[in-house]
Amino acid sequence: MAPLLDVDSLAVTLPGPRGPLPILHDVSLTVDEGELVGIAGESGCGKSLTAQTLLGLLPAGARITGTARFAGTDLLGLDNRGWQRIRGAGIAMVFQDPTAALHPMLTVGRQLTEHMRVHLRLDRRSATRRAVELLDQVRIPDPEQALRAYPHQFSGGMRQRAAIAIALAARPRLLIADEPTTALDVTVQAGILALLDRLRAETGLAVAFITHDLGVLSALTSRGYVFYAGRVVETGPTGSLLTAPTHPYTAALLGARPHGTQAVGTLRPIPGAPPAPGEAPAGCPFQPRCRYAEPACGTAPPPLAPAAADRSVACVVRPHLEVTAR
Amino acid sequence: MTTVHNGEPGAVTTTASRPRRAHPLLAFLAKRLAITAGLLLGVTVVTFGLVNVVPGDPVTANLSDQALNDPATVAAFREKWGLDQPLWQQYLHYLGNLVRGDLGVSQQTGRAVLDDLVRYVPATMELAIPTMLLALVIGTGIGMLAAVRNGRLTDQLVRVGALLGLSTPPFWLSLVVLYVFFYQLGLAPSGGRLSTGFSPPPTVTGMYTVDAALAGQWDVAWDAAQHLTLPVLVLTSLTVALLVRFVRSAMLEVLQQDYIRAAYAKGLPARVVLRRHLLRAGLVPVVTVSGLAFASLLSGTVLVESIFGWPGVGQYAYRSATALDLPAILGVSLFVALVYTLVNLTVDLLYGLIDPRIRLS
Repeated sequence: MAPLLDVDSLAVTLPGPRGPLPILHDVSLTVDEGELVGIAGESGCGKSLTAQTLLGLLPAGARITGTARFAGTDLLGLDNRGWQRIRGAGIAMVFQDPTAALHPMLTVGRQLTEHMRVHLRLDRRSATRRAVELLDQVRIPDPEQALRAYPHQFSGGMRQRAAIAIALAARPRLLIADEPTTALDVTVQAGILALLDRLRAETGLAVAFITHDLGVLSALTSRGYVFYAGRVVETGPTGSLLTAPTHPYTAALLGARPHGTQAVGTLRPIPGAPPAPGEAPAGCPFQPRCRYAEPACGTAPPPLAPAAADRSVACVVRPHLEVTAR
Repeated sequence: MTTVHNGEPGAVTTTASRPRRAHPLLAFLAKRLAITAGLLLGVTVVTFGLVNVVPGDPVTANLSDQALNDPATVAAFREKWGLDQPLWQQYLHYLGNLVRGDLGVSQQTGRAVLDDLVRYVPATMELAIPTMLLALVIGTGIGMLAAVRNGRLTDQLVRVGALLGLSTPPFWLSLVVLYVFFYQLGLAPSGGRLSTGFSPPPTVTGMYTVDAALAGQWDVAWDAAQHLTLPVLVLTSLTVALLVRFVRSAMLEVLQQDYIRAAYAKGLPARVVLRRHLLRAGLVPVVTVSGLAFASLLSGTVLVESIFGWPGVGQYAYRSATALDLPAILGVSLFVALVYTLVNLTVDLLYGLIDPRIRLS
């Protein structure tokens, strides 16, 4: 069966003050129906931009090559009307900061029903009924009251639950969650994650979960993609990806990640910073920060190539990596 | 004006003496009106002081050379207007009259200042209200369009146009408009409120178009409306130029917000996103500027009123100032202060209507 979302060799270039800036290079990824897929990487690695591309929300002047198919539709060939039909009803999005993503001057009810009425052609009463069900589904107490509330009257966690309800309102098949727990308290995070997993199990919703937190990735997703400097550097089943990484960057990310019981001294920060768009080195973008770099790394960016079972990695060295046991 | 002044201490006590806690809105209004009263008092002090500090003498400004040579006439004039008393006595006397609703008598017109204001203010309102309504619709529309087309040709044209509008002197624009629409095209009358042969409709609001319509005198209403067109055209262009820049930058800021991207990401048509999400959020700064613009229009526009022979507050203020007509100057100052505070109060109430986060809790 063809995947629900099939992105192949996607490259995006944005206009910059000093000429075009290449942001995404040769990104390929798939999401199956009902699958929870993780996309991980540092800030600025192109995770969020991938999401924006898949919703047609790139700024004017962006140049896109490659293909992106969603349920048989060629996304990159869509016109405005076509995008309107896909957004919300096909692919929906949950943003990082629910406080910024909810309109402060419109009631939750209005924001929950307005696109429902466009996509599902519901009248006001059925839309309100569905809105109450949705708020109930995301565990917001007293839904009727909540419909009349404004976002600022909610707590952060409640706002993100409301934002998820809004994203689900028009029955999308794919939900892109862009770091949906980053702006929330740790105690609230777990609830949101459990909610997403429950929604996937109950409704068959596919979720692309963007995060910089590998812990979230392992807890939630079945497959993962690791992004670095606008490229996919490694992909595979989350379990093996995080216990036996084959790309030095994945290993370094894991080593830099604090654990509850770990002393700070054992953390290994990655030296340097990711290259800014347009300033990537000629070869492998991670090479300047890589402990295993060899002369061969400087010639060309390595393509993503199959490694072990279900795994792919973009590395020419493929060193034997020691991962601190967890 | 005086009714407000007298009525508001009573309003404070009624709301405060209620057994239940007063509605927050009423408490807010009472507080604001009390502040207004204090402000108006301050305006009388400052204006009174300023007028007496400026070089110039009401006696020389008002009497002819011949009368000035006659000490008896000068003394009589001084006594009649209380100019022979010490300044603080003059002020207290004025204040005492003011509380009773007596703004004094204008030295220029010989009428009570309150009667003068009742005569001139509606004329100015008749210009200010349609100007503001038109400018709001046009200015918001153009400003939003420019913001959405940020950086493109439409935006550039709008920005150049707004800059041109802002740098155009009002009197020059008035003359150009007169030349084109009156002299060349003959589309509109050149000035005044009514053509000769028409008499003003019975006074209800003092605005001829409204009063004539109320009286069913449609020919008078039509004639009055025609007389409005050119001054309103000039004032609207200037106000639109002012608004467009604010609307544009306010909307540009909103367009950067996540909730606008979220609205698009929900699959809403662009017109819904712009009308419902963008407009609503950009309205707060727009209301602020519009309030200031409206208050300024209501306070009278000297040049435009002069050129179009419009008997409004601006002309009255100008004539009073050049004649050092103290009661009239004070009356106009009080009116302007009242306009600004009331408009600001309205703006604050509108904030609450637009943005639930600033609603009174």
